[in-house]
Amino acid sequence: MDIIVPVKQVPDMERVKFDTEAGRIDRSSASGEINPFDLNALETAVQLKEKLGGTVTTISMGPPQAETSVRDSLARGADRGILLVGKEFAGADTWATSYALAAAIQKLGKWNIIICGEKTVDGDTGQVGPEIAEWLDIPHVAYVSEIRDASESGITVVCEMEADHYGIESPLPTLITVTKDINVPRLPSFADKMKARKAEIEQWGASDLSEFADPTNLGLKGSPTRLNKVVIPSEEGRKGEVFRGSPEDATKKIADALQALGVLGSAK
Amino acid sequence: MNNEEYKGLMVFAEQREGKIHPVAYELLGKGTEIAQKLNIEVSAVVLGSDLGDEINELFYYGAEKVYSYNHPVLADFDLLNYKHNVARLINEVKPETLLIGATHLGRSLAPRIAAAVNTGLTADCTALEVGDEGNLVQIRPAFSGNILAHIRTTTRPQMATVRYKVMQKLPRDPSRKGEIIEKEPEIIESVLKIVSKESSGGVNIAEADVIVCGGRGVKSSTDFELLQDLADAFGGIVGCTRPIVDDGWMGKEHQVGFSGNTVKPKLYIAVGLSGSPQHLAGMRDSDVIVAINADPSAPIFKLADYGVVGDLYEVVPKLAAEARQRS
Ligand SMILES: Cc1cc2nc3c(=O)[nH]c(=O)nc-3n(C[C@H](O)[C@H](O)[C@H](O)COP(=O)(O)OP(=O)(O)OC[C@H]3O[C@@H](n4cnc5c(N)ncnc54)[C@H](O)[C@@H]3O)c2cc1C
Ligand SMILES: Nc1ncnc2c1ncn2[C@@H]1O[C@H](COP(=O)(O)O)[C@@H](O)[C@H]1O
Repeated sequence: MDIIVPVKQVPDMERVKFDTEAGRIDRSSASGEINPFDLNALETAVQLKEKLGGTVTTISMGPPQAETSVRDSLARGADRGILLVGKEFAGADTWATSYALAAAIQKLGKWNIIICGEKTVDGDTGQVGPEIAEWLDIPHVAYVSEIRDASESGITVVCEMEADHYGIESPLPTLITVTKDINVPRLPSFADKMKARKAEIEQWGASDLSEFADPTNLGLKGSPTRLNKVVIPSEEGRKGEVFRGSPEDATKKIADALQALGVLGSAK
Repeated sequence: MNNEEYKGLMVFAEQREGKIHPVAYELLGKGTEIAQKLNIEVSAVVLGSDLGDEINELFYYGAEKVYSYNHPVLADFDLLNYKHNVARLINEVKPETLLIGATHLGRSLAPRIAAAVNTGLTADCTALEVGDEGNLVQIRPAFSGNILAHIRTTTRPQMATVRYKVMQKLPRDPSRKGEIIEKEPEIIESVLKIVSKESSGGVNIAEADVIVCGGRGVKSSTDFELLQDLADAFGGIVGCTRPIVDDGWMGKEHQVGFSGNTVKPKLYIAVGLSGSPQHLAGMRDSDVIVAINADPSAPIFKLADYGVVGDLYEVVPKLAAEARQRS
């Protein structure tokens, strides 16, 4: 079973700073890490490999420093890591990102399953996976929370549709996007980290994809959506009345307020 | 692509088990508002099997035209058949805008359609505006809900998925009529097979008007009974933060936040939870937020309308009693 896991480097959400006034995200305020959902994708892939044999390849599109995330994915059990890097790729929306990743996957040639994260914590769209599947003309199943069965001929997964859970069978090749519930990603061992440190990360530029990708479809140039502006909301408009005194007093005051707003007493 | 050729606003109406998802009515409400500004037509597209009178609901909520695809294969979500037929319709009718509910189904289907018809797609919008040149300004949270991005689309149709419960539907008006256009679906081989269907016992936290949400401040799974009692007093249901699900105390369907459910109740009572960015991402648009936390510096207080600094084991039963007395 040969598996491809696209991973994205994202800023650490606990640390990244947002400038409310200027509407800016200060990316330098936080170090980059693998998108948390992609750790679940990687773990899913490594577990499948352990069961069925085969290989795991990670691909990331991003700036040169995203190499650390590709390296990290090797420490976590991937066999091969590829970084799509170069100014041609910069500024891509989900359409252009998925287009570039699909081209790289076509160049790789031999694979059975692609496993993406449910979404990224920065872009937060969950669109790149299904769009890759469309470019490659293969089926996909999104919101996968469990793999019930996998063999060389097909895969049976549980797909969450809000409160409904569907068991779905897909032939291979296919693409799935996985939720955080599918597993608990392992921590890499020290030895694995050391090995990954020395491993070679292949770097591909736009010219390496020329057979599969029209360069005008890459990066900002190829992106059909444009960012007009960013607004960083401050939490104004909330009353922010905090009561500290006795619990009796506080709950009475809150009940008064809720009653005045009509959310208490009307429920029954 | 000649953008001038594209006219009108279309809503994809998701149905499950023969019932149209209410987000479609909300989108028709917003769609009607946009259409009146631009003097364009609002249509809907629905795929299903023998939906009968349910289709008329789309007219009652504002659709002027409904493109209806009727086939047994379309009864359940068949990704590739849905994609294939909606993409064909877009290429034929050329709507300027296509709105899809940001449900799991919508967020799985929309990107396939966008790639198939070569257009841009904006995910999970919480506001839509008409821009200066009549284009659609799509506003959406990103960075785990920390920012709002304003996005426009240079290609057509302008496609967006839109979050449930943020747009207003029009009052249901059964005297509204429109034109049904029966379309012949082109059915392709169904390669994705549904082999089982389960429902998690009817909890749908996204629908609740009142949510009492517990976090790690609740010391044991049985202590959630206190929260249940408070929820009962308000006629609401209990939710929880991610660590509670990780510990197996509650099912995923109760989880609120970035990797769980997005909710927008009339009243949200946060109990013993700190208010991490990932949690706030799922509930920050609640109408009224009440926080109960022992730590006055907990970030949840920054978002709350009302807060109590105190021990939840003391405050929760008191608030429940107070609520019971008054209702
Ligand atoms: C990719 C990703 C996705 C995530 N998705 C989600 C998500 O969807 N939903 C989610 O909730 N989290 C999510 N998380 C986890 C999130 O980062 C936090 O770890 C989590 O929300 C913290 O939960 P908590 O507030 O219950 O716990 P804590 O942060 O530990 O807060 C407990 C609070 O309880 C208070 N407390 C303790 N005892 C008492 C008492 N007796 N009375 C009153 N107050 C008391 C404390 O003061 C503290 O503020 C995600 C994380 C990542 C990385
Ligand atoms: N730049 C990227 N490089 C590699 N994989 C990506 C990239 N962007 C998105 N992905 C993959 O697509 C998934 C969904 O991302 P998104 O659509 O941005 O929410 C991620 O979890 C990754 O698996």
